[in-house]
Amino acid sequence: MALLDVIDLKTHFKTGDGIVKAVDGVSFSVDAGQTLGIVGESGSGKSVTCLTIMGLNAKRNTATSGQALFKGEDLLKMRGDRLRRIRGNDMAMIFQDPMTSLNPVHSIGKQLAEAVQLHNDATKKQAAARALELLKQVGIPRAESRIYDYPHQFSGGMRQRVMIAMALINNPDLLIADEPTTALDVTMQAQILELIAKMQREYGSAVIMITHDLGVVAEIADDVIVMYAAEVAEQAPVDRIFNNPQHPYTWGLMGSLPRLNADVERLVQIEGQPPSLLHPPRGCRFNPRCAYAMPVCREEDPPLATVPGEESHFQACHLDQETKDHVSAELLGSFAGEATA
Amino acid sequence: MTAVAAEQRSELDLHGDELLVVEGLEKHFPVTKGIMFRKQVGAVKAVDGVTFAVNEGETIGVVGESGCGKSTMARCLVRLLNPTAGRVTFRGSDITNLSRAAMRPYRREMMMIFQDPYASLNSRKRVGFIVGEALQVNKMGTPTEIKKRVQELLEIVGLNPEHYNRFPHEFSGGQRQRIGIARALAINPKLIVCDEPVSALDVSVQAQILNLLKDLQKEFNLTYIFIAHDLNVVRHISDRVFVMYLGQMMESGARHDLYDTPKHPYTGSLLSAVPIPDPQLGRSRARIVLEGDVPSPLNPPTGCRFHTRCPRFHEGHCDVETPELASRDGMAESHAVRCHYPLERWPLSEAEMRGHFASAPVPAPAE
Amino acid sequence: MIQYLIRRVFWAIALMFTVTAIGFALFYLVPKDPARVACGKSCTPVMLKRISHDLGTDRPLYVQYAKFVGKLIPFSFTGGPHFKYPNLGHSYFSQQSVNQIITQAAPITMSLVFGAVILWMLVALPIGILSALRPRSLLDRTTMFGVLVGVSMHPVWLGLLLLYFLSDRVQLFPIGGYAGLFSSGGVEGQSTGLVQWAYHLALPWFTLAVLFMAIYVRMIRANVMEVMSEDYVRTARAKGAPESRVLRQHILRNALLPVVTMLGMDIGLALGGAVFTESIYGLQGLGWWTVQSITAGDTPTVLGVIVFATTMIIVFNLIVDVLYAWIDPRIRLS
Repeated sequence: MALLDVIDLKTHFKTGDGIVKAVDGVSFSVDAGQTLGIVGESGSGKSVTCLTIMGLNAKRNTATSGQALFKGEDLLKMRGDRLRRIRGNDMAMIFQDPMTSLNPVHSIGKQLAEAVQLHNDATKKQAAARALELLKQVGIPRAESRIYDYPHQFSGGMRQRVMIAMALINNPDLLIADEPTTALDVTMQAQILELIAKMQREYGSAVIMITHDLGVVAEIADDVIVMYAAEVAEQAPVDRIFNNPQHPYTWGLMGSLPRLNADVERLVQIEGQPPSLLHPPRGCRFNPRCAYAMPVCREEDPPLATVPGEESHFQACHLDQETKDHVSAELLGSFAGEATA
Repeated sequence: MTAVAAEQRSELDLHGDELLVVEGLEKHFPVTKGIMFRKQVGAVKAVDGVTFAVNEGETIGVVGESGCGKSTMARCLVRLLNPTAGRVTFRGSDITNLSRAAMRPYRREMMMIFQDPYASLNSRKRVGFIVGEALQVNKMGTPTEIKKRVQELLEIVGLNPEHYNRFPHEFSGGQRQRIGIARALAINPKLIVCDEPVSALDVSVQAQILNLLKDLQKEFNLTYIFIAHDLNVVRHISDRVFVMYLGQMMESGARHDLYDTPKHPYTGSLLSAVPIPDPQLGRSRARIVLEGDVPSPLNPPTGCRFHTRCPRFHEGHCDVETPELASRDGMAESHAVRCHYPLERWPLSEAEMRGHFASAPVPAPAE
Repeated sequence: MIQYLIRRVFWAIALMFTVTAIGFALFYLVPKDPARVACGKSCTPVMLKRISHDLGTDRPLYVQYAKFVGKLIPFSFTGGPHFKYPNLGHSYFSQQSVNQIITQAAPITMSLVFGAVILWMLVALPIGILSALRPRSLLDRTTMFGVLVGVSMHPVWLGLLLLYFLSDRVQLFPIGGYAGLFSSGGVEGQSTGLVQWAYHLALPWFTLAVLFMAIYVRMIRANVMEVMSEDYVRTARAKGAPESRVLRQHILRNALLPVVTMLGMDIGLALGGAVFTESIYGLQGLGWWTVQSITAGDTPTVLGVIVFATTMIIVFNLIVDVLYAWIDPRIRLS
């Protein structure tokens, strides 16, 4: 049994203008100790998916359906106090903006210790000792004195380290990281990614890494989900996604990336804008921007199906297999062929 | 200062028809303290002695981490900020200390595009007005002519000319950045300074804007100074690239020289930190993860400013003597590095990166 | 922090000079000779001159101001350097010293203001928080309607209404006046004590509190709602903190920071004179004296009240700053 099994998850928000289908039928699973990367642009539903799993969406005007089985228990139907016992203990989350994710009026030590005491029968002293231990593990220099400091006395990268310490303090089975490096510089991003990988090795947690950066996914994920307009466009092991992408949106994403190892005069661009989730396009949601759109794409939303011969590779596209393999090979060739020696 | 400028002028080896020449540019922000009377106790040296020349039609990329002074430098170039010291020469005229009025004719020729397309457009004005404002201010045509020109500009940047009467909030992020570009293009500038123009955009939209900028450059022979923290993007768009750290230029060179054979350990570390969208390549390469944060520009490290985080730090040399930005043996002439111990080749393993000084103490992470 | 306090005191002194100078100038721009008023109906030029001389109003304006300031400064060099009690001078009319007037009036105003503060905070805190927790619920809608009514209710109108119905028609409350909290205070022959004190002040408290109640409910509600959407509140929930803890530890402390500031300023301001409320209920507090002495042209009393009010505002701002630094580490440690 997988650690987390998400089945046909839907999260709809009621707004003044109508119903925003922020997540619309998403299924995936995460095994213990594995890293799942969820890639997508803003508004693709990747963050909302995870907030829904954590039960962190506002209750009002939100309708959720489907299942999120965590160790066999459905998180979506769980009583509030049971979910609270799991949150921060068996599964934890870190967020995009380390500058605003820590409470400015409490010391770092107090916020870390709070996480310990919420889930363990620990004395203040024990909790503080554990907090210090974690701060050291995530590489905060002079942790003994810095534990008394307040968030504003830390830089962005250091705050993200504190967030990681706080998330891992109860040794969770699942860590959800929502764009943890987007707000950071590239050298700090490298530090944080390395730290997450190190902590994952140490604690054996599974990680869901939400990001818009295909590079980050390529570096750390075992499996990858590409989301577009609240749906899963493609899902596969990381090597498959990068070596044999099967969905026109994935091709677009890969082609639109400037690369350090390839010279292209013009980037492949996906025309147009991501669709409104208030009135998503009929048929395949990507069809208005898709260079390969066929009449059927405007009528029928393609189901997520396995790629023939590849049980673990799923894609949602009407194109025939031959065309897909052809385009995919051509695209990858364009990166390799023009690479400088 | 004049002596320094003269020295730097000779360093630059000018041929006379550069579009923009920057010599010894400094921008210090005073830090004050005091009860009744505020006295200056220090200065944030945001830009601290930057010298370079820009040729017409080329794209200069400027990379560096936040706080390296790249945005401040950009604002000094177009005189949105007044430099503390140094000289900016545009098309042969010194514009460093021009008054607002005297600056006006130059303002038409150098425009700026900003990071946040949401904040940089006046939300209460129609797009037609925003794009055509510079034309109106400079009285470049009758209202009908201006309207026609604005619609033409909207079409050039890939927007529907009929959206002339819409407000910025009716557009998406990418479209707003297009509006910003149309506004910058309105009065046929020579130079466009782009400050992180695509970092707020999604990947697919980012590609659209980068392609647009490249197309426009060809069509109108534009010169870009392109500031970004994303090394992939800078590599894609630039002819020459400058790497900045704590207000100084650490390395400069033609794109291929700098990306294929980086000489500065900082450039090397940056490049090795960029995630590569290719699992085999990305996971197999050597990585140098820099420790700690960028030090405060209020009190930059002595000697080489990078020495507190440098994998090749050599005690007694790097922290004492500030290296010059210069070309070395075996480097292209246009490729310059500010380092006592430049990288021998690229890529290097982590041990090689630490060079002959593997036994030297690893600097403690600074904060 | 010490440096900050020193700066604060400097500013307070500068502010005091400015405020009194403006007050002085304003009163002498008004073409009303206090000596003539004090002289009465059967006035002769000789008497007028003598009274002018006694009051000091025949001297140039700057001399009068200098004398005023000289008496105000709590420090003197005449007869050796020593501290002295600030002297606000004498009223032109009542023959009382202004110090005495303020000593009598201040307890009345303070009773009124602090009672009202407690009343409005006791109501505003729970209601503001509850309606922020359940936006658009019945409670919230009712509250917002109440707020609208509250902010549009002028104290004079409300005071008269309450007096008419509750004091005149039903006779639940006294028609006005003040009863001292301690037997030493209050007017001779009047009953004193806690019950009498509260009984006399109940309507004034309510009258003064209604407007502030409305403003504070609205402010607390807005602050709590804003803080609820902060990232660190989400972090607290992600940690597994129960809602009650999230509210106490993570929302309220941050949401109430601006309320502390506002409260400090409002208390200072109200101490300067809850003019309308005091006038309606005939409470001889600072506001009442202000109105009386402005109409009479009694400059020393008005200036005295101004000096006292300014001091109060400065003192409460200082208290707020210290409190703020105590609650908010960003200020304490910067």
